[in-house]
Parts: sequence; structure tokens; C-alpha cells
Amino acid sequence: MRVKQISIFLENKRGRLAAVTRLLADTKINIRALSIADTTDFGVLRLIVDQPDLAYQVLKKNDFTVSETEVIAVEMPDKPGGLAKVLEILDQHNINLEYLYAFYGQSGHEALNIFRVEQIDEAIQVLGEHHIKLLPGDAVYAL
Amino acid sequence: MYWNEIYECMPREGLEQLQLERLQQTVTRVYHNVPHYRRAFQEKGLEPGDIKSLKDLQKLPFTVKTDLRDNYPYDLFAVPLSEIVRIHSSSGTTGKPIVVGYTRQDLNSWSEIAARSLHFAGVSKQDVIQISFGYGLFTGGLGIHDGAERVGASVIPTSGGNTQKQIMIMKDFGSTALACTPSYALVLAEAMEEMGIDKEEMKLRVGIFGAEPWTQGMRREIENRLGIVAYDIYGLSEVMGPGVAMECSEKIGLHIFEDHFIPEIINPETEETLPYGEPGELVFTSITKEGFPVLRYRTRDLSCLHLEECPCGRTHVRMDRIMGRCDDMLIIRGVNVFPSQVESVLMENGNASPHYHLVVDRVNNLDVLEVQIEVSEDMFSDQVRRLEELERIIKQKLDSVLGISVMVTLVEPKKLARSEGKAKRVTDKRQLKD
Repeated sequence: MRVKQISIFLENKRGRLAAVTRLLADTKINIRALSIADTTDFGVLRLIVDQPDLAYQVLKKNDFTVSETEVIAVEMPDKPGGLAKVLEILDQHNINLEYLYAFYGQSGHEALNIFRVEQIDEAIQVLGEHHIKLLPGDAVYAL
Repeated sequence: MYWNEIYECMPREGLEQLQLERLQQTVTRVYHNVPHYRRAFQEKGLEPGDIKSLKDLQKLPFTVKTDLRDNYPYDLFAVPLSEIVRIHSSSGTTGKPIVVGYTRQDLNSWSEIAARSLHFAGVSKQDVIQISFGYGLFTGGLGIHDGAERVGASVIPTSGGNTQKQIMIMKDFGSTALACTPSYALVLAEAMEEMGIDKEEMKLRVGIFGAEPWTQGMRREIENRLGIVAYDIYGLSEVMGPGVAMECSEKIGLHIFEDHFIPEIINPETEETLPYGEPGELVFTSITKEGFPVLRYRTRDLSCLHLEECPCGRTHVRMDRIMGRCDDMLIIRGVNVFPSQVESVLMENGNASPHYHLVVDRVNNLDVLEVQIEVSEDMFSDQVRRLEELERIIKQKLDSVLGISVMVTLVEPKKLARSEGKAKRVTDKRQLKD
């Protein structure tokens, strides 16, 4: 149920994001989801791609500071209260959410979100007990 | 208690008079005998007669290391080679070596101040001194050797290296004094421990260490492990060799033998002479040397001069132990900053040999120091707050170590310039602007 996410350190300079996306494009890697967290000096770009291991190697080879982290892809009803319910479950079980962002791909009529939590095993277990659907990595990359 | 009370304790007024007379003689000698200095004088429109007081020293041209290289090997000698009785040289690892020559009188002066130095440390004819400074072209070994013979000590010229034999000699011959570099003293201590020899089995009681910068912490370690009292000696071949300055038993700085050398501290950037008490680059003018006199030789060593009375009764000015080299020093808002300080903070933080760069700029008339640090994979996190925390921790440590507030910027890897030799750690944008 774990999904590989690629994070890249970027200076807040013109053209840096373009450099990453161009590099991935040239390697025929498709971006499935993306988020940027930034400060005045730098940003952290987080990506879900169809070939995470290849993306990691290519970025590293091109002198980016890059890391691979595991996240979960959570499916929820695409209607009011869908996200709130999932977050409440995590909160009840004292699972700390670091950040989340939306997934662009379509999976039927559900909304898909990427969650980064510290206690990933616990989160998978608890959400499963509450019948929240998680997508496994392979399914996410293939979307 | 003094080796040469007349000179060591000379009242300032008499000392300054002596210095002026000797300076005038030196200036006249180099003007007539050394083409390099005559040219330098003429460029400044200066004549030997213009040096009327010690203050006029500041009119004299500086001598820098490249001057010594450009005049390789003998062109800075002020006497014919037939008058030279000894030649020493630097290692020349960064180009042509520097060649220095001594007349018989020069060797006499040198052994006098080396003897004085050893006497400071309480070395006398009762002592057996083991000299583990290198002998040969390097001035360390023979310089101390002549001084030690002059105080009448029994000299063992072991030179450097062959550590186990050094220890055997030290033990069997009953050496009471040791002269070497501080780092070699620790090598000896380590080997002694490995050989299972207790310091109590040795007669060693005093050490004279120099030829490289060392810290008080290192002094304590040497003293503890060898069971001795350690003294700091300073010197450089360009000026004479060991014995340009020596620590007295008060250990509050090294007395510079001002009857032979006039020290100055200058601001290495502006080259202006600084008053006593202000740190800067050490500059020496030799005033007794015949063979190879130097005027205002820029040592690149950083120190500070103190004229306050020393409880030991000697009147010669004291210099602080060398605090670094000015080749890589920055002065930011009046505070001296070395790249090495930044490096030690980063290393301490668990980032083994990180790539970093210092950028100094002047914003609204205020110096600003930015420390750029390449983000390695070990430091990186996908969580921004972790990175910000890392920045904050590094900044706090740098602020407290450097004594000024810095700006820490994380940069992408391979963005900082790499060089094949010595890393270029500093960009000073202040100089680009004027």
C-alpha cells in the first residue's frame, strides 16, 4: 500500500522547475502528481511519477539533491466531507499528517489524495479498519 | 634570571633609540647593496636620509614573499657571497624555494636570541636538550642547536623522525628538554604510551615548541601527556629562524626581540599600521642582519602586539600566539572570520566535509555574511520544516562561534565552484564595488 514519492531540493531560481520537468520528459517519465512547498530561498518539489526508481537515478545523476520517501494514496468519495472523514480517523489515532496533496489522475468517481504521515504502517492499518481504500504503488504508477 | 639583562630589560626610550640607529644603518646598507630595495625606494621617492624617526618606518616599502622568489637565489643578499657563511632555505613546495644567507655576525646574533629563548624556558648548562626539529635547510634544527650550545646545555641533535629511537634516546640519555613542533611532541607522547613507557621514567621537564600554530588545548595535552612545561617559540627563516619571539614564564604572549627586529601589525587589506592591541598581520623589519636584511616583511601570520608591562620585567613587546593566516581571513563588521571556523561548525553538525562558500557583501553600509551550504542527500528532507530547522541550527552555531550574525542559505549541489587545489571559499563583493 506504499507509494514511492520523489522529492527534489530546488533553489528558488528561475528555470529550476523547468529543468526538472524537462529532464523527466526527456527520459519519458510521466508525472502523475506534483506539489511544491517553498520558502523564500528554496523549495521542495514532490512528485509521483510512473517510474519512480528511474526518476530517482536520473535526477541524482544530473546533480539534483533527491530523496525517495514512501507515502500513501488515499481514495475518498468525491463529495463534501470525504476528506474530513479520513483526517478525523487519523486524528483519532494520533497519527500525524505531515502534508498532503491531490492526485491528478482519475480513478472512477473517487478523489485521490497523497498523504505523507510519520507512522505509515499504523496509518495503513487504521484506514483499512475503517474501510478507506488505499491504492498500492503499482496501481498508482499505472493510472 | 635574565640571559642578557641589558637588552631584555632596556627602558623603552633607550630601546627605541637603539632601534632607530640600527634601522638607519640597515636602510642605508640595503639602499646601497640591494638593487631591489634601491628600486623600491626610488619608486617612492625615498632616500635613506628620510628615515629620521621610528615613525618613518611606515614610509618604507613592504617586502612580500614574491619579492623573495623574484630575487632567487641571491639577489636580496646585502653582502658578497664570500661573506656568507651559512645558507638556509624554505621547502619551496609552492614554487621556487626562498633562500636566506647569514654572515658570521648574523649567526652570532641568531644564536644569541636562540639562547635567550631557551633561557626563557629555563634551559641551562644543567640540561640535556634533545632537538627533534629537522636539521638541514630548514632553520629549526640548527637555529635551536646553536642557541642550546650557547647556553651550555648538552645537545643531542636527533633531528626529526625515527620516533622509537627518539624515545629510547630520551629515556637512556636522560633528556631534560625537548625542542620540536607541537604536533611531533604529541606523536612522541603517543609512541611512548604504545611502548609502555611511563612519563615518570623520563627526566623530561620542559619543552620548546614552534614552527606551526597550536592552541592552548594542545599545550595542556602535551603538558599532561609528557609531564612537562611547554613553551611557545616563534620565528621564520625570512626574518631569522626560531627565536624571533619567545614566551616567558608568565605565558601571556611571546616577547619579540626588539633589539633585532621591529615588529608592526598592519591591516592586511589597507596596509596601514595598527596601534598596539589591535589584531592584524605581523610585519618584521630586521635591524641587525647583514647578509639578508628584510624591510617590513609581511609574514601573513595574524597576531596582536601588547606593550603593557610584563610581570617578568622584560620590556620587549609581546605578540599573541599566531591566530591564523591572513590569506583566508575576512574582516566583517570589524570581526575576524575564517572559513575554517565555518568548516568546523559544519563538521560538528555531522555533515562530513560539506561544500560551502562565504559571500560577503555590503548592504546599506553594513557588511553581510552569507554562508551558502550545498544540501547533501544526508541533510535533505522532503519536509520543509526539517530543512528550515537545519538552517536555524547551523545559523545559531555560526553566530555564536563567529560572533556575528550570519545568513545561512541552502543551495543545490555542485553549484559552488570546485577547484583542483585549495578550495576557494570566499567571494568578497565589497571589493568589487568601490
